[in-house]
Amino acid sequence: MKLQPDLAIDMLKKMYEIRFFEETVDDLFARGLVHGTMHLSVGQEASAVGSIYALNNEDYILSTHRGHGHCIAKGADINLMMAEFMGKETGYCRGRGGSMHIADMEGRNLGANGVVGGGIPLAVGVGLSLKMRRSDEIVMGFFGDGAANQGCFHEALNMAAIWSLPIVYVCENNQYGMSMSTRRALAIERIAQRADAYGIPGVTVDGNDVLEVYEAARKAVETARSGEGPILLECVTYRWKGHSKSDQELYRTKEELQAWKKKDPIARFRKLLVSEGVITKEEVATIEEEANRTIATALEYAQSSPEPDVDTILEGVYA
Amino acid sequence: MREITYAEAIREALRQEMTRDESVFLMGEDVGRYGGAFGVSYGLMDEFGEERVRDTPISEAGIMGAATGAALMGMRPVAEIMFMDFTTIAMDQLVNQAAKLRFMFGGKAEVPLVLRTPAGSGTGAAAHHSQSLEAWFVHVPGLKVVMPTTPYDVKGLLLSSIRDNNPVVFVEHKLLYKTKGQVPEEEYTIPLGVAEVRRPGRDLTIVATSIMVPRALQAAEALAEEGIEAEVVDPRTLRPLDDETIVGSIIKTGRALIAHEACKTGGVGAEIAATIAESEAFDYLDAPIKRLAGLDIPVPYNRNLERHMVPQVENIIAAARDLVR
Repeated sequence: MKLQPDLAIDMLKKMYEIRFFEETVDDLFARGLVHGTMHLSVGQEASAVGSIYALNNEDYILSTHRGHGHCIAKGADINLMMAEFMGKETGYCRGRGGSMHIADMEGRNLGANGVVGGGIPLAVGVGLSLKMRRSDEIVMGFFGDGAANQGCFHEALNMAAIWSLPIVYVCENNQYGMSMSTRRALAIERIAQRADAYGIPGVTVDGNDVLEVYEAARKAVETARSGEGPILLECVTYRWKGHSKSDQELYRTKEELQAWKKKDPIARFRKLLVSEGVITKEEVATIEEEANRTIATALEYAQSSPEPDVDTILEGVYA
Repeated sequence: MREITYAEAIREALRQEMTRDESVFLMGEDVGRYGGAFGVSYGLMDEFGEERVRDTPISEAGIMGAATGAALMGMRPVAEIMFMDFTTIAMDQLVNQAAKLRFMFGGKAEVPLVLRTPAGSGTGAAAHHSQSLEAWFVHVPGLKVVMPTTPYDVKGLLLSSIRDNNPVVFVEHKLLYKTKGQVPEEEYTIPLGVAEVRRPGRDLTIVATSIMVPRALQAAEALAEEGIEAEVVDPRTLRPLDDETIVGSIIKTGRALIAHEACKTGGVGAEIAATIAESEAFDYLDAPIKRLAGLDIPVPYNRNLERHMVPQVENIIAAARDLVR
C-alpha cells in the first residue's frame, strides 16, 4: 500500500465519522426528533473521503443534496453540522439551510445543493475565478448519476473544457436517481464516457475502494492544478438507505442491497489496513469509539444549542 | 453637457467600473467579438481582453451558474442574457441559486452579480424575443430588479448595481438603446430603490416603468394642453420599490394610473396598485386605481398587432382623461 499510515488511519476515522453521523441523524428522524427530510450517504463513504483527501485544504468543493459525507471529509466542525441539521442558531447556516444546504465557507465547502445538478454550473464560476486570479487552488464539484442527465451538466462541462478550468468533477454514481436506475436512465455503461464529448479525460473507479478513489482523484487533482483543464471522475458506489425519508424502496431488491453491503467500503478498508499491519484490531476499536464520541458530542452540542430567534427571521436575504 | 445614447451610457459605465475594479468582468453570448447583440459592449474586448470580456457558448444556465459561482468567490461578474425571454433557461441558477445562497447559508455568503438583459417589444421580433418578464424576478426574495429609463439613469444605476453585494437583474429596453440624453463623463451612482418624479403635476399620478416613461411624459404634455396636469413617477428600481415616493405622489394628486408594457395579469402594476391601496394614500383616492398594461397574449409579430398589444401614448392620454373625469 502506497499510503502513509497516518493518512490511512485518518481516512478510516473520517469514514467512520460519516457513517456514524448518518446513522445518528437517521435515528433522530425515526424518533421524531427532527423535522424535514434528509439524504443519507451510508455506503458511499469511500467516494467522499477518497476524493476529498486528494485536495489541499485551500481547495474548494461544491456538494450535493447527499452531502453530509463531503462536508465531514472537507474537515467541517461536526458540532456546527449537527446543529445545522437540527435547525439551531449555532449551526453552519444559523438553522436556515438544514441538511440540504450546509455550507462551510471558511472550510472552502461552498455548499450542498437542493437542486439535482444545481452545483455543476456553479463550479464553472468558481473555477473561472481561480483561473482569472492565477490561483493554484482548484475546485471539486460533486454530483450524482441523476444529475448527469440534467441539461446544465452539458453546458457546464463544455464551458469548463473550452476554458480549461481547474475543476475535478466527481460523479458519485450510486446507481439510482431516486427510483430511476442508471440502466433505465442512461443508454451508455459509464457516465465517464461522456467526458469524450467534451474532449476531457473521463475515469471510472470502484467507488467503494477508498484507495482506488484516492489514487484516481490525486491524478485528477494534479491534472486540474497543472492547468490542463477539467476531469470527470466517476465513482461507482451504492447508497444503503433510501433516497430520502419518503422512500419505500419499491425499485430495488433486498438481494441487491445485501450484495452491495458485502462491498462495504469501511469494512474493506479496515480489513486491508489490518492485514497490511498498518493498524491492529484494537486500534480499529479505538478509532470507532472516538468517532462515535465525536458524533455523540456533536449531538449534545446541537441539542443544547438555542433555536433561531423569530425576530431575526428577515436577516440574511440581502447583503 | 454632452449627449450620448442609452447604449453608450451602459458601455461607459461598464468601461469605468472595469477600469476601477479588477474583479468586474463581462460574460455572455456574443458580448466580445460581436460587441453584443445590440452593440452595447462594442469595443470592450479590444480594451480589456478576452478574459474579462468573455464570449460564452449558447448556454444560458451555464452563464448564470458561472456568474453565480464567480460572485460567490468575490468576483463581480456582469452577465448578459441576450434577450430577457432567454432568462427562462437560466432560471434555476438565478432563482434557486444566486438569489437564495446567502439566506440558505445563514447570511455567510455574498453573490454580487449583475444580470443585464434587454426586454420589450416593438422590434418585430415576436413572442420569443420581446417579453417583459420583470414581475417574475420581483417575486423572488434575494434579487433586486432595476429598470432604467434614461441614459443618465442607466449609467448611474448600472454602477450602483455592479457595486451592490446582491444579485441584480438589470432590465434594459431595446427601444431605449438609441435614445439620447445628457450624461456626465465622470462616474456617479444612483441609489437602488429610489424613484424619480419625472414631471410634477396635481391632477393624477402616472406611475410608469421603462419605455412607458417617455410615453407617459408625451401623454402628459398633451394632457396639459387640455388643462390636466399629470405627475409622472418612474420607480426605476422595482425591487426594492420606493413606496414612499409613489404613495406621496398619490396623496397629492388623488388619482393613480399605472402603466407598464408587461402583461397585465400578475404584472408589477398589481404590486404597485396593492401598495397604494394598502397605504395611507387610500383615503386620498378620488377614483379607483387604474392599470394600463400589455394585453394577456404572447407578443404578436404583425406590426399593427404588436403595437396594439402594448400601451401607447394615445392609450395613456385616454386612460388619464377617464380617470380625472
